[in-house]
Formats: sequence, C-alpha cells, structure tokens
Amino acid sequence: MVNTKVDLCGIALDNPVIPASGTFGFGYEFAELYDINCLGTFSFKGTTREARFGNPTPRIAECTAGMINAVGLQNPGIERVISEELPKLKKVFHKPVMANVSGFSVEDYAYTCGLLDREEQVGWLEVNVSCPNVHGGGMSFGTEPRAAAEVTRAVKAVTHKPVIIKLSPNVTDIVSIARACEDAGADGISLINTLLGMRIDLKRGRPVIANTMGGFSGPAIFPVALRMVYQVSKAVSVPVIGMGGVSCAEDVIEMMMAGARAVEVGAANLVDPFAGKRIVESLPAAMEKLGIENINDIIGKAH
Amino acid sequence: MKEASLTITENSRLAASVYRMRLAGGAGDNLPGQFVNVRLPGLFLRRPISVCDFDGETLTLIYKTVGRGTELMAGLEPGAELDVLCGLGHGYDLDAPCAKPLLIGGGVGVPPLYYLAKELVKNGKAVSAVLGFNTADEVFYEEEFRSLGCAVTLATADGSRGVRGFVTDALPNGCDRFYACGPLPMLKALCGKLTIPGQLSLEERMGCGFGACMGCSVETAHGAKRVCREGPVFDREELLW
Repeated sequence: MVNTKVDLCGIALDNPVIPASGTFGFGYEFAELYDINCLGTFSFKGTTREARFGNPTPRIAECTAGMINAVGLQNPGIERVISEELPKLKKVFHKPVMANVSGFSVEDYAYTCGLLDREEQVGWLEVNVSCPNVHGGGMSFGTEPRAAAEVTRAVKAVTHKPVIIKLSPNVTDIVSIARACEDAGADGISLINTLLGMRIDLKRGRPVIANTMGGFSGPAIFPVALRMVYQVSKAVSVPVIGMGGVSCAEDVIEMMMAGARAVEVGAANLVDPFAGKRIVESLPAAMEKLGIENINDIIGKAH
Repeated sequence: MKEASLTITENSRLAASVYRMRLAGGAGDNLPGQFVNVRLPGLFLRRPISVCDFDGETLTLIYKTVGRGTELMAGLEPGAELDVLCGLGHGYDLDAPCAKPLLIGGGVGVPPLYYLAKELVKNGKAVSAVLGFNTADEVFYEEEFRSLGCAVTLATADGSRGVRGFVTDALPNGCDRFYACGPLPMLKALCGKLTIPGQLSLEERMGCGFGACMGCSVETAHGAKRVCREGPVFDREELLW
C-alpha cells in the first residue's frame, strides 16, 4: 500500500491531484459522472467581484497537443458564487475546496477574498494574477514582482486561509515574481497559468479566436511548465503546486520530482471528463512500478 | 451524457463534402437536437456533431468536411472504434403544443431535424420541412424526409433544385410552430420573418461539450448560457436579436 497523502499548507490531501480552475466549473458537471470526492481537492471557476460574460466567441481553438481558450473569466460574480454555487458544490463535494479568485484592482482581490474567507468549505485561496484573457487586470499583476507582492499582501490582510498565488509563465523571470510573492506572505505558489498563444484560420486569413489571442494549454506545454516548477520550487520554501499539460499519473510524478507538492490537472478534464478520477486511480500503480512508497519522498527529487 | 466506445458500421459520402457515419454500440440515450462529441486520433479537442438519428442501437451522424477534424472523420473506415461522448446538450421540445410543425434546415443544419421529424410524425403531427442548400449537388435527405411523411420543400441558393433562393423564400403557410437549425444569418432571418413560436439550434466552437469550460457561451434574455449545456436548442424568445 503506497502513501499518496500530502500536506498542502496545513490541510491534508488524500492525494495530490487537483483539477485546475476553469476546467472543472464548480464541480457538479463532473459529479454527475463520478464521485469527485476521490480527488485531492479541486480549484473552482475563477471568480471576480462582479459578474462577467467574458470575451466574444469563438473563444476556443485546436492546437497540436493542446488548445487555446480566451474565455475571459466568465463567472456569476462573488455574491452569486457564495449564495448559489457553493451550496450546490457542498452537496457533491465534502472536502475543503480551493477558491480561485481574479480581479482588476488590488481592492477587487481583497474584497472577493474577504468574502470567501468566511466560507467554511473554502480551504485555500488561489489568487490568479495571471489570466492572459482580460485587459487591464489579471496577468498584469503577475508580470511584475511589485504588483504581485501588493496583491499578495492585500489578500493576506483579509484572510486567515492559506493564500496560494497562481503565476503566469508569460514573463522573463518567473522566479523573481515567485520570490516577491513569498516575501509578501504567500503560503504557496501555483504555476503555470496558460501561455499566450494564437491561431489563424487559413481560409479567412483571420485569427480563429475573436479576441485574437488566448491561453495555450494541454500536453504540449508540459515541458515548459515542468521547467518553471523546477526553477520556482528551488527558489522558494513555500509549497508549490505544479500544473500545465498534466494528463496522466506519470506526469503527476514528474511534476512532483520537479518540486511540486501537489499537481493541478487542467485541459485534460475537457477532453476526457474522467481524467481526474483516472489519474487518482492510476497513481498508486504508477508509484509502485517506480518503487515509490511515499509520494512525499519524491518532492523535489530532481533538484 | 455517456462516454462510449462505438464501432463505425458505415461512413459514406451523401453529397458534395457531406458524409454519413453510422455507429453501433452502447450510446446511451440520444434525443432529437442533442449532439455527440467525437474524439479523433491525433486531435486534442473533440468534435461536436449533431445526432441525425438514433434507434436505441445505431447512431447516425451526418457531417460536412469543413476542417481537419471532419476531414479526418471522413477518412475513417467501418470497423474502427471511436470514443464518443453521447447524449449531450438540451434538445428540441417534443411536447410543445402544436399540430403542424415546420422544420427548417440549412445545409448541415438539416441532419438533427430528421430525427426530430421522425419523432414528431410518431406523435401524430403533420410535419412540413423546408430544406435549404447552396446547389443541387449539396442536397441530401430529401427522400428520407418524404418517406417519413413530411411535406418537403427544397430551396437552393442558385436555383439548381427546388425554389431559387433561401429557406426564407420557401416557407409554407399554416404552420403553428417552427424548429430550425442552420447558419446564424439563416436563423436570424427566420426569426425576422416568422411570427409563430419556435426553437433554434445554435452552433459554436466548443472546448469540452459538457459545460465545464464555458468556451461556447451565448448571452440570452436570461443571462449567459452554454450552447453545449443549456443549448444547443433555445426558444426564440431567449435569443437576443
């Protein structure tokens, strides 16, 4: 019997597998398919202060071994997330959930996180300073160490829950941003958000995505994500959650060897709705095959 | 929704760039207006295809080759297995009060109306169908609709078959509810011309096809809805045009 339990900022996870924000809704679409309590936890749909429709469609494009999305943080706004989505989520998921938050100003982040701090079912706050699909916010906070630190401090001031800052790979030096967040009090770092990308419709000679560009995700980005998880986890002492193109138990193990304490699974959920369950169930056998008895033993093994 | 491994029993060309694929296996439940999402070897995202017919065992899909995904589909041989998410979305309302439904399809918007026509005829309705295509060599399923007992009107944009013009030039009188599927300009034109109640099926690029990614959202009179989940079929009053 192998051990898959990990500790993430003081909260125990049965396993390190976490469906990523934006690929798992508020859980209940997937709860119709399988018991989502088999997951370590999941990160719910990115929530903002006000309701958002997001960007115009088309906002999805096919890529080699991946996809581009330019959804643009569509969500019903924090008040309805608390009054409508969380009660529904609570019926199907009985573990602490990770709340994913985005904003357009430091005050937005603090306001939204302050309300979520009172929600018992929320275990961690995952603060997205890295959405590539919104203008005047999102990623702009995650591309500059001082701005990322400012958001971190503002959120830390309004909550006692662990604060995990989700970083953008669309920067020259992700390590300096991770360090700035850690110095500002972040309890964890998650990475990577999507890589800015685009496709052109050859027949029309126009971008496929209405918003021109979008976030590139899927198996194609795994090596880039792994490299950044390796760099960041070497540079910070807080827990790191690795994500980007993870689609099987072996990818989870590789991310953890690179330094991740837990691993998020994103685009894989969209093409295989059972991906989360499949990865959780195949993890013990994949560990046994490699002679890993305790998954904690491999965290940062490659350092 | 059900994930199924289905076996291709037929994959044949019906008209210019239009193919019919039949699949056997445990496809679960599939209702008129719903769609399936097909995983294709070598592609990341699934491809959503409307259900043209389903008899409990055989699933019939009609698709047009418009890009890499559908071109790849056209090259698959009978006997091959496909990973298919079945019974997706919210289909047409079969119980809406009407005696003489009018079904209007444009191009590859025609297939889902075939399954709908079959069910409406079964329910004792006098079904009229207007099928629109660009040219005569794109026409398919005219005879199949007639065999169900539908009163069929054909329209082609170039006049090479049936009424010259668009489906809006060929609408019969006396119908009391409409069901449509086709390109967006056609759907908008229909809503401008018809005063009877109706439902329309929308098309949008999708990520997942089952409501998780919010990639295919549309603004409606009742807020943002997902074409893959609350749709693809919407009441005309819901659509903001």
